[in-house]
Amino acid sequence: MGNVIGIGAAPKRKEDQRFLTGRGNYVSDIKRPGMTSGVFVRSPHGHAVLRGIDKSAALASPGVTAVLTGDDVADDGLGSLPCGWGITDAKGVPMKEPPFPMLAQDKVRFVGDMVAFVIAETPEQANAAAELLKVDYEVLPSVVGVLEAVRPDAPQLFDDVPNNICCDWELGDKAAVETAFKKAAHVAKLSLVNNRLIGNPMEPRAAIAEYEPGTDRFTLWTTSQFPHVVRFLMGALVLNIPQHKLRVVAPDVGGGFGVKQFHYGEEAVITWAAKRVRRPVKWVASRSEGYVSDRHGRDHVTEAELALDETGKFLAFRVNTLANMGGYLSTFGPNIPTNLYGPLLGGVYTTPAIYCNVKVVFTNTVPVDAYRGAGRPEATFVLERIVDVAASEMGIDRVEIRRRNMIPKEAYPYQTPVLVQYDSGDPMGCLDGALVAADVKNFGVRKAASASKGKFRGLGYSTYVEACGLAPSRFAGRLGARGGLYESATVRVHPTGQVTVMIGTHNHGQGHETTFAQIVSDKLGVAFENVDIVFGDTDRVQFGMGTYGSRSLVVGGAALSKATDKVIVKGKKIAAHLLEASEGDIQFEAGKFSVAGTDRIKTFEEIAGAAYVPHNYPLEVLEPGLEEQAYYDPVNFTYPGGCHIAEVEVDPETGTVTLVNYTAVDDVGTVINPMIVEGQLHGGIVQGVGQALFENAVYDEGSGQLLSGSLMDYCMPRADHLPMMKVATHSTLCTHTPMGVKGCGEVGTIGSPAAVINAVVDALSHLGVTHVDMPATPNRIWRLLQNASLPVAAE
Amino acid sequence: MKPFAYHQPDQIPDAAKLLTSIEDSKLVAGGMTLIPTLKQRLANPPALVDLSKLGSLKGITDDGATITIGAMTPHAVVAASKVVQAKIPGLAALASMIGDPAVRSRGTIGGSVANNDPAADYPAGVLGLGATVITSAREIAADKFFLGLFETALEPGEIITAIRFPVPLKAGYAKFKAPASRYALVGVFVAKITDGVRVAVTGAGPGVFRVPPMEAALSGNFDPSAIAAIKIDNDGLTSDIHAEADYRAHLVTVMAKRAVDAALS
Ligand SMILES: Cc1cc2nc3c(=O)[nH]c(=O)nc-3n(C[C@H](O)[C@H](O)[C@H](O)COP(=O)(O)OP(=O)(O)OC[C@H]3O[C@@H](n4cnc5c(N)ncnc54)[C@H](O)[C@@H]3O)c2cc1C
Repeated sequence: MGNVIGIGAAPKRKEDQRFLTGRGNYVSDIKRPGMTSGVFVRSPHGHAVLRGIDKSAALASPGVTAVLTGDDVADDGLGSLPCGWGITDAKGVPMKEPPFPMLAQDKVRFVGDMVAFVIAETPEQANAAAELLKVDYEVLPSVVGVLEAVRPDAPQLFDDVPNNICCDWELGDKAAVETAFKKAAHVAKLSLVNNRLIGNPMEPRAAIAEYEPGTDRFTLWTTSQFPHVVRFLMGALVLNIPQHKLRVVAPDVGGGFGVKQFHYGEEAVITWAAKRVRRPVKWVASRSEGYVSDRHGRDHVTEAELALDETGKFLAFRVNTLANMGGYLSTFGPNIPTNLYGPLLGGVYTTPAIYCNVKVVFTNTVPVDAYRGAGRPEATFVLERIVDVAASEMGIDRVEIRRRNMIPKEAYPYQTPVLVQYDSGDPMGCLDGALVAADVKNFGVRKAASASKGKFRGLGYSTYVEACGLAPSRFAGRLGARGGLYESATVRVHPTGQVTVMIGTHNHGQGHETTFAQIVSDKLGVAFENVDIVFGDTDRVQFGMGTYGSRSLVVGGAALSKATDKVIVKGKKIAAHLLEASEGDIQFEAGKFSVAGTDRIKTFEEIAGAAYVPHNYPLEVLEPGLEEQAYYDPVNFTYPGGCHIAEVEVDPETGTVTLVNYTAVDDVGTVINPMIVEGQLHGGIVQGVGQALFENAVYDEGSGQLLSGSLMDYCMPRADHLPMMKVATHSTLCTHTPMGVKGCGEVGTIGSPAAVINAVVDALSHLGVTHVDMPATPNRIWRLLQNASLPVAAE
Repeated sequence: MKPFAYHQPDQIPDAAKLLTSIEDSKLVAGGMTLIPTLKQRLANPPALVDLSKLGSLKGITDDGATITIGAMTPHAVVAASKVVQAKIPGLAALASMIGDPAVRSRGTIGGSVANNDPAADYPAGVLGLGATVITSAREIAADKFFLGLFETALEPGEIITAIRFPVPLKAGYAKFKAPASRYALVGVFVAKITDGVRVAVTGAGPGVFRVPPMEAALSGNFDPSAIAAIKIDNDGLTSDIHAEADYRAHLVTVMAKRAVDAALS
């Protein structure tokens, strides 16, 4: 018998046994009898009219089973890929929502847009045949940048979307903001770009579909963060397959970061194709294919203004953003730069008036959607950057200006002027902790040491908050969500007392199998090893909305906690019967039911046994069995946050920025497993550092070619880019989640880009540098130094 | 990848004969460059001639005034070689900066030099040291070997068997790694040999090239300060999403100074 490993412990991760011994089961590992191979033919052009496709040579190629195109999709009367959010403009006019066909019809709108699917006996034969497909394109000029796309003479992606604007969205009290600006002693202004990112999970996307004529059932294995949502979107809205005839399995998935939380056209095409060819069909994306088809992230151009009084108090904040949607609306696309962005512009400050306008714009690029942080890193970056700009212009210390505007701990719950109400938090406590942990007081010594080597050293702060635990369904519905955002869990106690949990979230690297098992072990007093977590299969798990928006523990864990509580309630009823006591006198602790004040006990196993062998059992009032289910819909978002401090060294000769120290003190609420939280913070921070210093998806204006379409050109952060990080938690408990948890999956990515860039600007501020766009590459820094107002110090 | 025939000869003449008799066939050494192009279906040779069974292409020989490195010697072996470390430490350092451990254990000096990638490191070492490329047919001086973007003096069917490096008085290499690929954004090899100084630059342009003004300045005074003010022309240098031409030109001076520093240390 193993041990109870409860909340707050840091056991090794359960799932690592199979991952580290090569026994994981990923989609590309799966083989089905009679399986065929499919490849997608993708547009090499950013923008073109699709004049015709000649299939004959491809069909005649050896081993080919089928060649499917947009015309076949149309002939079969299939739907287009649905968008899960419908936002509206200030006047309540719905966003423009052009169809997103699963295989292109009439036109292609980005390099990578799918035009055909070729199925053959082997991947080699499918590839060979794909090369023989003759696609007749009439190439049109592409537009890839948002500033270019809204110009009157820009190429138009859709006939009925003037100026390529999908929606002109706004939030906040425009008039109040204008009034406040008139009274301001100082107005800080900042123009910035939030660079486009590509998620690059370790495992490329893949899918296998199979159709069983005997039962008329489909099975889709897919690299997804939310199989139930794929079943719903694809079955109900695209392929017209009844839900009970469609099983979606997302087995082990090698990283997602958001990239795998959308319903992709590939999934629909493969599922549809499997029935047409009456054989299982498999597709595994290459890394290069991922670059031009995995949904991208970020890509904003923003103008921001912060109004302050003479003491540095923020009076009002105004933000105008152009957000790139790419060529079509992806599953959550329009929600990200609007609902997950505007409401975060209050940050941890008491700014009384905020107005935000976001123009959501179509361009000839891969559709843009959620990527770790999703909207919140963009908001944090704008706010934390302009706070530094204001501090420097007004001659106020950067920490001091933050303190003057921070929401005090006592002021929680705190209602912001941009919809959200923070339930709890202590930003000042996080700041104080981080200042000590980062040894800020000796920064001057370190700066002097760098200077003696001819290097510039800088320190950057980011005191931030985010909204996660997506999401309260009613609130989300008002903002345009077309689905609910609750979560479900079933706790199945076996007759012998072991437990299987079926949960609707997914685990693709986060360690949920461990975290969730700890919750059950803690609450039921069952050994950690006697708890298994089942996820990722619509036939095994009742329902679920999946994993994204730092929701798995906050929403899924809450459902699990509720279901576990129901097991205890039922267990008490059974115990009361067996112990001949009244239910109110039964206590449950450490895996034992006892009659209060006596030594009469029944173990958890005995109760489980009695529930399944109900000989001595209150059958008149209680059903046999011990299995409970709960659905949990959160009452609010959770608001983790904290203070990140980055320290960089800049080599003025080459422009290279080196991150030399990184400190994070975060408020993530209750910590279930500190090792996993630390790992999530590390990973999140690294992705934010990647955005700040290295990563950039670059398109060629005009041709629409992705210039950074491989790991040779798209720079991912690597171990040798990073110092040892100091991460710690300074938690206040969430007041509305069952365990006080707030979530930690995205905080690192949200807090870090601003900290790093603020540090870079600080390092160069003596040269008159006031802003650096991301990524702060050597070339970009060198260029800034060339144009800087003071000469670079001689070596 | 498309199907191809595979040959593994054990004599150089057999390899040369296969190469000339099968049209469009290709040599494969470490495969680090060739295999990815096959996988992406960018090259479709009907046959591959594998050099790995040719024992005479492996190994490092110390000839006193020169060091000869067999074409099939992997980068990791050159980096770890006591002989190379003792006599041309700059070359051992260069080999240690190529790619990652996997690439260094598979990739070969012959493959790298034959491929002449404009951002590869070895071409800077070979040209900077004034080495000699020895092939199945002849010997080619470095100055005559590299002809620009992926172009060399190799004739069809010609196989590099070894590279012969003169032992310099001093030599050093400085590399500014491209952030993503870690090939040379700019790499500069500086060598002081008995009859002067050679400076070879890789990464900056469409092929490796020498910088005569720097060579002249360093011949007079082998010190970084001698070249600090020498800027090379942006014209003809590469501009791409990682670095613009004027930045590359600037880096040539910076890396040349650091290479001299490395040679002196
Ligand atoms: C991830 C990665 C990172 C890399 N980073 C770097 C780097 O930082 N710096 C760098 O310089 N290189 C780098 N490389 C390239 C690496 O050094 C390769 O090893 C080298 O370019 C080719 O050597 P190879 O032995 O693998 O040749 P192969 O790939 O086998 O062959 C390359 C070409 O040379 C021809 N060839 C091979 N041997 C001979 C010969 N003896 N005679 C005539 N022709 C021949 C082949 O026909 C082929 O056309 C990197 C490669 C990878 C995959």
